[in-house]
Amino acid sequence: MSILVNNKTHLVVQGITGRDGSFHTSKMKAYGTNIVAGVSPGKGGLTVEGIPVFNTVEEAVKATNANTSIIFVPAPLAGDAILEAGEAGVELVICISEGVPTLDMVKATNYLKKKGVKLIGANCPGLITPGEALVGILPANIFLKGNVGLMSRSGTLTYEMVNQLTTHGIGQSTCVGIGGDPVAGLYYQELLQLFEDDPETDAIVLIGEIGGDAEERAAQYIKEHITKPVVAFIAGQTAPPGKRMGHAGAIISSGSGTAAEKIAAFEAIGVPVARRPVEIPTLVKEMLEKRSKS
Amino acid sequence: MKIHEYQAKEIFSRYAIPITTENVCYTVDEVVKTASGFDMPVVVKAQVLVGGRGKAGGVKLARSIDEARAAGEQILGMNIKGLTVEKVLVAEGIRFNAEYYVGLTIDRNTKSVIFMASSEGGVEIEEVAKVNPNAIHKFIIDPDLGMSPFMARKIAFKLFNDFSLVKQAVDLFIKLYQIFIDTDASLVEINPLVVTDEGNLLALDGKMNFDDNALFRQPEIEALNEPDEDEVKELEAKDKGLSYIRLDGTIGCMVNGAGLAMATMDLVKYFGGQPANFLDIGGSSNPQKVVDAMNLLLSDKNVKVVMINIFGGITRCDDVARGLVTALDQMKVDIPIVVRLSGTNARQGLEIIKEANLPVVNTMSEAAQEAIRLCAACQ
Repeated sequence: MSILVNNKTHLVVQGITGRDGSFHTSKMKAYGTNIVAGVSPGKGGLTVEGIPVFNTVEEAVKATNANTSIIFVPAPLAGDAILEAGEAGVELVICISEGVPTLDMVKATNYLKKKGVKLIGANCPGLITPGEALVGILPANIFLKGNVGLMSRSGTLTYEMVNQLTTHGIGQSTCVGIGGDPVAGLYYQELLQLFEDDPETDAIVLIGEIGGDAEERAAQYIKEHITKPVVAFIAGQTAPPGKRMGHAGAIISSGSGTAAEKIAAFEAIGVPVARRPVEIPTLVKEMLEKRSKS
Repeated sequence: MKIHEYQAKEIFSRYAIPITTENVCYTVDEVVKTASGFDMPVVVKAQVLVGGRGKAGGVKLARSIDEARAAGEQILGMNIKGLTVEKVLVAEGIRFNAEYYVGLTIDRNTKSVIFMASSEGGVEIEEVAKVNPNAIHKFIIDPDLGMSPFMARKIAFKLFNDFSLVKQAVDLFIKLYQIFIDTDASLVEINPLVVTDEGNLLALDGKMNFDDNALFRQPEIEALNEPDEDEVKELEAKDKGLSYIRLDGTIGCMVNGAGLAMATMDLVKYFGGQPANFLDIGGSSNPQKVVDAMNLLLSDKNVKVVMINIFGGITRCDDVARGLVTALDQMKVDIPIVVRLSGTNARQGLEIIKEANLPVVNTMSEAAQEAIRLCAACQ
């Protein structure tokens, strides 16, 4: 087991003929992800890397039984691409595109929720279940199959953390990049619950950053619903207020959304917060040992 | 992106939301001329893109032309939180008997537009939120329904008993939501929304912020952008695919990815150093970006050492290394550089760096500590 993606994932790539779409299609395929179709309006009938291309997601799903879609289209078109995937009947949509207008995401997240379709992103690196499926742009070679679930608002910081875990021999069940935008699909609460219910996940790493109060709400959720050990890290302790730190959602506004508040919220419920990335493997080991003793 | 009060009210006015009779002025002469044509008293208000104008003395009531001139002389050119006032809004004074707050923004939690309304208008809403959060009524707007009349009525009845005011408020709230959607706003605020002595609702002030991701489809809004000095630098960086925020420290940081860039700053601080900036060179593998990034870092004279921290995913470490070597060929760099490369093509990248005789470290902790050591040595 694992969460969201595995060897039963049948993937359709929206924007497969684009620069990023075709590059990462070959990377995902090389990892062993089962890519069944691509979509590029006006290019139906072509093949990319031996994968059939369709004009619409609906055609692709009908012809191939794709159950998951990944989106690589330019940001102005990404909101519509998410709606198209949601309407076509896949179970999970992952949007990699960065810079999608917030109101497009408001519309897309609400529509997919009504359809019962899960969304990850936008502005995210995707996700990976090591040894089974890579659905995204993460560098596959740093991952190791194991029993730690990881979720993060940041891409490269995730790689840094995973690299720390892997070099210390701690493998991962599934790693999910939830994205850096203010309005995004699945967030901490939903993913915490999925990891809680996954028999192959024994501990959870949560990597947050400044902006919003999702970490504070995650802490509340952990207190009420999560029995597995959780370890956290918050980026942006030195970020100045009122400035967007690269990610659209990473901003301290009106004095709230600071790293200090988030760290305090986790520590108040007994979730240890690493002050440096290098502390993460030690904390995870400690938590796992504590759990196996009790 | 932010705009001035007078620009927000111009947009309100286009949607037939009542505002004061007003005119924006750039000189004292224009203030006098405008005031001469208005009924007294008038209010002279600094137009700067920061909050707290009133407290800083940037808003004055004038009962005569002379007082208006004096207010114009005082406010034009004054400094509010580091910004020089270059224009003032001169508005006809309004007699009113009640002040309210209404605002729309994005609620991350419900992933929807949220409408906020309060009877405690005319003061900073953040203060109300702290002192008396129950005084702020919040309504989540279903994006499929938009601002339905029933929802606008629900909100209006929280603020008003008089049905004539409720009817005016319903009309105003529907228009305000439409403005939010039409302009891709991230914040629309009227504070205060007043009830005039004649019994009419009127927007006495206005504030609008916009979603930067949507500016590509809002050319009229983008044309209103007036970036300050720091923001000009940030925008220039953005054009080159870099995300840059200047800070006050001495250690210039070049990182790929926003989260890792923040974590790098945090680590520098953890070991006792001061980061000079946030700089995310993004996810592509273009050596030119590294050249641009080096130029940007070195343009800050406070920078005493450059720390490069790359974890390659899409970004390939050998491309970063090649870009760095090119940058060093093109420009005179007389401060130390510390390089850490991990991930995609790190080995090839490190070989290029070693050939260029640059110090190489293995982890971001080592990089931060080495940068701090070199920084202390050069002071």
